[in-house]
Amino acid sequence: MNDVLLSAQRLTKRFGGLAAVNEVSVDLWRGRIHAVIGPNGAGKSTLTHLLSGDLAPTTGAVVLGEREVTGWSPERISRAGLGRSYQKTNIFLPFTVWENVRLAAQSRAPHSARWLARADHFLSTNENASRAIELAGLADRKSRIAGTISHGEQRQLEIAMSLATAPQVLLLDEPLAGMGTAEAERMVQLLLRIKPDHAIMLVEHDMDAVFALADHLTVMVNGQVIASGTPAQVRADANVQSAYLGEGVQ
Amino acid sequence: MMDFASFLIQLLNGVQYGLLLFMLAAGLTLIFGIMGVVNLAHGSFYMLGAYLAWSLSSLTGNFALAIALGAVLSVAFGLVLERLLFRHFYDRDHLDQVLLTFGLIYIFEETRSILWGDDVHGVAVPELLGASVPLTENMSYPVYRLFMSAVCVVLALGLYLLISKTRLGMKIRAGAFDREMAEALGVNIKLIHAVVFAIGVALATIAGMIASPISSVYPNMGSQVLIMCFVVVVIGGIGSVRGALISALLVGLVDTFGKVLLPHLAGMLVYMLMAAVLLWKPEGLFRQ
Amino acid sequence: MTARKSHLEVLPRSLQMLLAGGLVLLIAFPFIGTDFYAQTIARMMILAIFAMSLDLLQGVTGLVSLGHAAFFGLAGYALAFLTPDGEAVGLWWTLPVAIAASGLAALVIGFFVVRTHGIYFIMVTMAFAQMVFYLFFDNKVLGGSDGLYVNFKPAAVLFDLEDKRVFYYFTLAIMLVVYAFLRRLLWSPFGRTLAGIRVNEHRMRAMGFTTFRYKLAAFTLAGALAGLAGYLWGAQTGFVNPELMGFQMSAHAIMMVILGGMGNFAGAIIGAFAFEYLLLWFKDLPTIGAVDLGKHWQLWMGLFIVILVTFAPRGLLGVVERLSRRRGDSGDE
Repeated sequence: MNDVLLSAQRLTKRFGGLAAVNEVSVDLWRGRIHAVIGPNGAGKSTLTHLLSGDLAPTTGAVVLGEREVTGWSPERISRAGLGRSYQKTNIFLPFTVWENVRLAAQSRAPHSARWLARADHFLSTNENASRAIELAGLADRKSRIAGTISHGEQRQLEIAMSLATAPQVLLLDEPLAGMGTAEAERMVQLLLRIKPDHAIMLVEHDMDAVFALADHLTVMVNGQVIASGTPAQVRADANVQSAYLGEGVQ
Repeated sequence: MMDFASFLIQLLNGVQYGLLLFMLAAGLTLIFGIMGVVNLAHGSFYMLGAYLAWSLSSLTGNFALAIALGAVLSVAFGLVLERLLFRHFYDRDHLDQVLLTFGLIYIFEETRSILWGDDVHGVAVPELLGASVPLTENMSYPVYRLFMSAVCVVLALGLYLLISKTRLGMKIRAGAFDREMAEALGVNIKLIHAVVFAIGVALATIAGMIASPISSVYPNMGSQVLIMCFVVVVIGGIGSVRGALISALLVGLVDTFGKVLLPHLAGMLVYMLMAAVLLWKPEGLFRQ
Repeated sequence: MTARKSHLEVLPRSLQMLLAGGLVLLIAFPFIGTDFYAQTIARMMILAIFAMSLDLLQGVTGLVSLGHAAFFGLAGYALAFLTPDGEAVGLWWTLPVAIAASGLAALVIGFFVVRTHGIYFIMVTMAFAQMVFYLFFDNKVLGGSDGLYVNFKPAAVLFDLEDKRVFYYFTLAIMLVVYAFLRRLLWSPFGRTLAGIRVNEHRMRAMGFTTFRYKLAAFTLAGALAGLAGYLWGAQTGFVNPELMGFQMSAHAIMMVILGGMGNFAGAIIGAFAFEYLLLWFKDLPTIGAVDLGKHWQLWMGLFIVILVTFAPRGLLGVVERLSRRRGDSGDE
């Protein structure tokens, strides 16, 4: 049994009277991709925010490694070994691709407070950034301004930035959003490349990608988990078929 | 400590000051909450009101008429200002808005100087309201101050009814919540914005008008009240009219009692209050 | 955080030439201009230091402060308090003390203020600065509304600051050192972090940066540098009053940074000179007929600000950048 690197335990998030996330539990294992799927408004993004510290849960707990990180600020959770990418591209548009990733890598360096040395002279940071850019397949785009690259490349940059902090756990929120077939295929290959070294939670709508990538699948509807198991099990689950996949799906 | 009559006087003063601040803060917070515009020149409307009260009541000899005329003029002024200038800044950086409205302060101050000069003026309390209500054997409370508070309460109630009970108010709330959706549903957003802006200007101007007999009329009176107004909005939470009311009363009472009970700290108390609120809730007490 | 204007961090060649030419002029000026104008230029250089300190906060980090002048004025007051009535006080210990005073005030105020964002930040910086203003305005002990005098320029031992030319070059040297320091800082890890916070603070936090600390550090450093400028102002003019700390002064500083172009410190220098020159020009307008145009300088300045922000929000450097882009210029740092 692979180690559980992140465990969300009965997370609930209420906004006023509405429970956007209701008693949701999710485990992430090293080297495995756990996909979370569901219709719009199911609470998947909210769940991601709860795990990354952008939102504090109303009840429930988040355990990262050995530590309980419930209610921690996003920066604290990030430093504890969690990285995430965003559904809506959340990069530094005016900076170059290289600077985007270098800055991400710099967050882990003790020298962020140095104010007289040149930022791009720090070897370890540069190496980490290079590695993340290579993995994400953006090596030939390094000096382009992030705002000028294609949408698909921006999504790759999202991933590169979340990799540059060398996290153990990755939360990927719709990395394939808005991608054409070729780009999506590249992204799937990317995710397969990084899978062995991370515990990944993948929120996605692209069902082909989900079934190609996921080792474990959780289905959310209206804030609750209606099914959780291997892709085959979930596909066969009657609840899921009627609520989400639609009748007649194999 | 203080005896009951003194306490009552300070309480009434604090509430009156708070209600006056509310008139200004309500406009500021509404304009920011709904259109996203910060207006440093908001204090200038207060000053405009005071000068209007002085010149119109000198002109007409009738305070009530002056207030009525002034209110109408301020609505017109607000509509023109919104149409010509502010409308184009709703989607701009706050920095641009800060600069724009700072430039406006200069323009308003100088125009006031050209039109009405730089002297200090007084506005006579109208005879009808010139009496005092006796509280004890030797202490009484000016009726005019009660009148001021009453006007503020009436306007506050009117604002509340407008926003929560009328269709216009519903459209205002819809526009604040989701502009595109409201437009799609047929709400004339441009009109709503113009109306909200004009209401904000009118409230500030009326506040200046009714306060003029007490505060007198002098250059730069806008900037002092603007700061207090900002403090009220920060404590209350941007966009929350209810927050502005509670916060304004809090500030009014703290400032008034502070000046009496802790005179050395007087000016600083309100800022200390703001600092304390910021530590606890950096987005104000009633953030939307 | 609301300053989202686009930035020019790398200076195009045309601008570098302009700056170099300006430097030559500045060095030569005391020999080619009159004493009076040299004093005016010295004052502009002091304001340039003030503007650069604000640029660090606003242009680089994206924090729009309407209270920055409080730290400018405080250091001037520190000098006034430290200077006895009858003799000069030592430069080499009072300057660090004044800077430290401003820096400390910035640290304390920043602790409360930096936890707010966007429009709140603007409002609370204004409120706290006005608090400082009224503290001095209302208390005779601190000089009251009349202000305080600095009867003697600080004694520098190695050179004589009472000599106007010496003071001029001293100020020029400080301005250059501050510029070089801030340019270096811009490309350091700390500077890159601040720029990241300006562009996307949310992502910076998600990447693990405790942005509060960096913003507070920037706020404090900017306040300390403003204090450096304020000290020089007090020394040069020999007089400090609460207006130096008021929000009008802060707004003028914002104007200077905007006018010149934000985020690269060169714009702050250019903007300070341009704005101050414009202000003096407005105040010097003649009387036409019965109307004293110069007396109503606030009206002209107000109109200028409104027109500038409506039509040229990126200021003079924005114009330069557009021109040099058309010519296909590239520049290095």
